[in-house]
Amino acid sequence: MAAEAHGEEAGGLVFHPMDQFIVKPFFGDGAVSWYTITNATVWMALAVLAVFALLVLGTSKRSVVPTRMQSVGELAYGFIYKMVEDICGKDGVKYFPYIMTLFMFIVFSNFLGLLPMAFTPTSHIAVTAVMAFAVFFGVTILGFVKNGASFLSLFWVSSAPLALRPILALIEIISYFVRPVSHSIRLAGNMMAGHAVIKVFAGFAAIAAIAPFSIVAITAMYGLEILVSFIQAYVFTILTCVYLKDALHPHH
Amino acid sequence: MEGDIVQMGAYIGAGLACMGMGGAAVGVGNVAGNYLAGALRNPSAAAGQTATLFIGIAFAEALGIFSFLVALLLMFAV
Amino acid sequence: MATEPLDMEVAGTCVSEFGGAIGMPQLCGEWFGNQIFWLVVALVAIYFILSRIALPRIGSVLAERQGTITNDIAAAEDLKVKATEAEAAYDKALIDARAEAQRIISAAKADIQADLDKAIVTADAEIAAKAAESEKAISEIRAGAMQNVEEVAKDTAQAIVAALGGSADAKTVSAAVEARMKG
Repeated sequence: MAAEAHGEEAGGLVFHPMDQFIVKPFFGDGAVSWYTITNATVWMALAVLAVFALLVLGTSKRSVVPTRMQSVGELAYGFIYKMVEDICGKDGVKYFPYIMTLFMFIVFSNFLGLLPMAFTPTSHIAVTAVMAFAVFFGVTILGFVKNGASFLSLFWVSSAPLALRPILALIEIISYFVRPVSHSIRLAGNMMAGHAVIKVFAGFAAIAAIAPFSIVAITAMYGLEILVSFIQAYVFTILTCVYLKDALHPHH
Repeated sequence: MEGDIVQMGAYIGAGLACMGMGGAAVGVGNVAGNYLAGALRNPSAAAGQTATLFIGIAFAEALGIFSFLVALLLMFAV
Repeated sequence: MATEPLDMEVAGTCVSEFGGAIGMPQLCGEWFGNQIFWLVVALVAIYFILSRIALPRIGSVLAERQGTITNDIAAAEDLKVKATEAEAAYDKALIDARAEAQRIISAAKADIQADLDKAIVTADAEIAAKAAESEKAISEIRAGAMQNVEEVAKDTAQAIVAALGGSADAKTVSAAVEARMKG
């Protein structure tokens, strides 16, 4: 269906909101195999470089009175560290590097994806699903390793009346297995929705009468997207912390 | 002809799926509004609950994103 | 989908021959392997950057800053205690100095009083001696004056007697004057 529209480019409104998510080889043409360096690879690499620049180069002076870059890096560190400590407790702190890795990757992918012509790796369900399932399996295995069979008491709400407990257990189990799905689709969906909406507004700019409105709308959406980029990274991280807390302290 | 009807149904379904976003909007507004009401009653407790606020907003909003996703699937993938 | 994909190399099942997306690019299975592989590479890279270099460094910087702040606060506390001690010592010195001054003043007062008393006594004695001398001198003078008066009176009486035409010897006149003066 959408492909049909691509045939007739001449005149009229043309919306290709999904074209920006195409993965293509960065060097030359050809098929995309698993090791090909694609635009997704490049933007992930830029995210890694940005993390490196902020957290390693920015703090290379180790000054007691921080420079601007260093204080931003320390802010990120303190933000995530406090989140992990507040939600998971003291024994969750040793998983802090993993959570920090997820947060830094997501936040930089989101923000770099906001640059014009950029590609957003986190808008792809494959990427977010890998992270969400990694969190899901990691947390589940950790829960069984740490608590043994008593991890299952997570699903047995002991504060509820006895008659309700089997029903609640069923609901809890379903919600537990839906977690990685919602966890991944939330991030990918938000990123994709924002970019697609901006693209749709950009499509309206072809009509001269609506163009000013279109530009104002793109600007407003862009501001909202900056907010959403951060909030979704924050939400992904905080939900990871919540799941980790469930694994470490399964008892209600 | 048959393909046109399928396409028409998909577009209608996509439009209907977009109604779900209104529900998400109500939900997010409800969360934020109740947070604000509570925060104005007891401002000292508000700062500690911002994380809960964002989690609540994320959950409410995720469902709207799901309906958006259904619309996209109907538009582009069916 | 609706249009048949042309037999171009670029066009796969996810991208049309014009470079547009067919369906949702997110659901294109061809790209999953690539994205997942590079995602894992990126995450592992970030994890090693963070856990080997960045996080220990930032942690140590924060700890160091915390330590510095704590030390500074402790030093400030020390200085404050010292300042309080110094103030107490100063106060004590002040009180001592005041007491000393008081003592010196009273001692000086006592000395002065003693000197004064002695001087007064000496002065009194001198005054008394001088007064006695003066008394004596006055009485001598008075006696001298009496005698003089007597002589003058005798001389005068003799002269008066002579002037009145009488003759009187000195003995009679002086006896009469003496008798008169005694009277």
